[in-house]
Amino acid sequence: MDIKNTTKSLIGTFEGNKKLKRFLPQFITVVAIVFIFGFFAFNASVNMDNRGIDFGLRFLGEESSFDIQFSLIEYSGSSSYARAYLVGLLNTILVASIGIFFATIIGVVVGISRLSSNYLIYKVSEWYIEIFRNIPLLLQLFFWYFAVLRLLPLPQNSEILLGFSYLTIKGWYVPAFIWNNLNIFLYSVIAVIISIIFVRNYARKLQENQGKQLPVLAISLSLLIILPLLSFLIGGVTLSFDHPELIQLSDTIYGFRGGVSIPPELMALAAALSLYTATFIAECVRAGIMGVGKGQKEAAGSLGLTPGQTLKLVVMPQALRIIIPPTTNQYLNLTKNSSLAAAIAYPDLVLVFAGTAMMQTGRAIEIVSITMLTYLSLSISISIFMNWYNKKIAIKEK
Amino acid sequence: MIKNLDFLGKPSIEKISLFVGLGASLFVLGVVDLLLNSFFGFNLTSFLPRWLNYLTPLIFCFLGLHYIRIDYSGNKNLDRLNKNLNSNWFNSLLSILIIFSLILSIPPILDWLFFDANFSGETKEECTGDGACWIFIKIWLPRFIYGMYPLTEIWRINTTFVLLIGLVILLFVSPQKYKKYLVIFLLFVFPFIMINLLSGGNFGLKWVETNSWGGLSLTFIISIFALIFCFPVGIFLALGRRSSAPVTRYSSIGFIEFWRGVPLITVLFMASVMFPMFLPDGTYMDKLIRVIIAITLFEAAYMAEVIRGGLQALPRGQYDAGKSLGMGYWKLHLLVIMPQALKLVIPGIANTFLALVKDTPLILVVGLLELVGMIDMAKTNPKWLGFAAEGYVFAGVVFWIICYSMSRYSQRLEKRYKTDR
Repeated sequence: MDIKNTTKSLIGTFEGNKKLKRFLPQFITVVAIVFIFGFFAFNASVNMDNRGIDFGLRFLGEESSFDIQFSLIEYSGSSSYARAYLVGLLNTILVASIGIFFATIIGVVVGISRLSSNYLIYKVSEWYIEIFRNIPLLLQLFFWYFAVLRLLPLPQNSEILLGFSYLTIKGWYVPAFIWNNLNIFLYSVIAVIISIIFVRNYARKLQENQGKQLPVLAISLSLLIILPLLSFLIGGVTLSFDHPELIQLSDTIYGFRGGVSIPPELMALAAALSLYTATFIAECVRAGIMGVGKGQKEAAGSLGLTPGQTLKLVVMPQALRIIIPPTTNQYLNLTKNSSLAAAIAYPDLVLVFAGTAMMQTGRAIEIVSITMLTYLSLSISISIFMNWYNKKIAIKEK
Repeated sequence: MIKNLDFLGKPSIEKISLFVGLGASLFVLGVVDLLLNSFFGFNLTSFLPRWLNYLTPLIFCFLGLHYIRIDYSGNKNLDRLNKNLNSNWFNSLLSILIIFSLILSIPPILDWLFFDANFSGETKEECTGDGACWIFIKIWLPRFIYGMYPLTEIWRINTTFVLLIGLVILLFVSPQKYKKYLVIFLLFVFPFIMINLLSGGNFGLKWVETNSWGGLSLTFIISIFALIFCFPVGIFLALGRRSSAPVTRYSSIGFIEFWRGVPLITVLFMASVMFPMFLPDGTYMDKLIRVIIAITLFEAAYMAEVIRGGLQALPRGQYDAGKSLGMGYWKLHLLVIMPQALKLVIPGIANTFLALVKDTPLILVVGLLELVGMIDMAKTNPKWLGFAAEGYVFAGVVFWIICYSMSRYSQRLEKRYKTDR
């Protein structure tokens, strides 16, 4: 009798011990994680000892002694690995920004076209989306680079395009900007931005307090034109162009002198990224616009708002709330997808750092970790910003 | 400006035959002008100044559509045309531009694809037309499908996939009672049979290194294995992320966000160059296995987020009801929560799987050659230089058919399992 009771109470305490029940799985998880990481770290240190490699980031300061085809900052073979990393990172950011710019424009246009009452426009945009988003991005990239851009003429056969540039198989040669007193021009641009923010705030206050409306757009546009113009007229800013010129390098090889060359890899990558991502953005835009109920527009109309005001004050704020989060996700995807550049030898972060630099130094762990951490911090900072923004624009219910 | 076009009076139902006749003939004139201009080099309107001459097809068609635009004409076809293509001047302009660009672009594309293309022959030299050289695809087709797999052994790949398709069809037609066993067989037994058939080494089958696997079959192998494995991992991660235990939750969040934050290409680099350093000295893990594990973990993180979406969408009452019936955690999730949550996120799961299939070509950066990789190799073969476009168009069509049919199928599934709640 006694024993039976004791067992019962023992089982009872175990069953009732919620703490133990909660704690045990977590403890097992921690042990498993520590064990796996410890195992990997131990193996890595043994392997590195065997191969005579030490772990550390000191190699970043060493001379890289390889060349990079295309870079936005000064770079040569005598620069350090850290500088090569920076060149790769800047190239990644460049192609991602170009891609995001065009993907947004194409995506918004196609997304609105998907809602058009015009049957042809509707069908064409639908088929564009169905075709481009169901083909692997890498394949599209190869198609643009190896099949389309290879059809471009050689420099000596190229014709002038738009009156100022040459589109050739070696790249797109456009005039370079030569600025005088660039800093004054930049100051004027900053002044424009600040004054536009000021005007907007003032207009909002005026609207809230007195119900008056300022033509904000017109004021902003005129500021945008007047201030930079003043910097040219008074500030001594001048802008001239360095046009590319065809020259003969040897018997059969021609090239261009002056101007800036946009490499074909960059063009192919920008085209593939923006056309692919635009299909996803288009769907986000369509969902956003469809997500605003018809009643909203009718209510705005019956309050006497003009169609323009309805769009600006009623439809867009609500549609943007639906559009922006998934679209940011697409921007992030585009940035991550820009690492496909390595497949066509555009010198982005992956090709320069995880490719060439790793081949030369053999430091797989450090370099792959740095590359991943770079992308990771980019993604996480954007998603933190997005969470903050989402909270800010979320509907505040009373 | 538009009003000035109405010198004949506003297009109206009273004079419908006049306006429709005039509009239709103007439209036809514009199209004929465009066709003559671009394909026969003959210019109908060469007497006009050059800038105007250039725009004549556009102007003719625009006027034609303007005269056709009659509201409530009583003619069903005309009304439908006006509603869909011609509701106002802007829409008519857009319609004309699209029709013109289709007229200008479709014939050359069809010429390249079919009419000027070469289909019969064995060598590059037999490609004489201006169009595509499909001989390239024909000769390389076995390689595009089977990779460098020994040609005498490809029956093994064929058998594997025929078996797989057969089993899947069986799964759909078999009575409900046996479905459970079939699913268990497909998920837990068949993969081993598949690996054994493909790599060989026993039962009298010749050993085939994974290095020589490739082509479209490799795409399928990787996709199938990654899909099978990423499902359970994704479910566990999703449950872990919603767990109330902080260690489980934060380790799941960390795991998911890590894989979602890095591009697949760096994950593949990690699997191919960094991961061998983490293994005990002297052990070796096949590259294909490493890549499949990497892709699995990568897609599992996305899968986990999709499934979490489904879990979050379930009302709390489902959990409470399950608990009040005395169900434990696993029973509750297995029998009540998961079936409903997974049903809710069928489109998301399909999208993740589509992304997985579209990501497989990336494995070429670590030296595994599936379809796109094989084409990349074939086009640099000295005997077959210069057929990049044919190869990529072929691969594009293959991938498009796979992905498009899958997305259509998922839409059907979504409709079928849609229940009112």
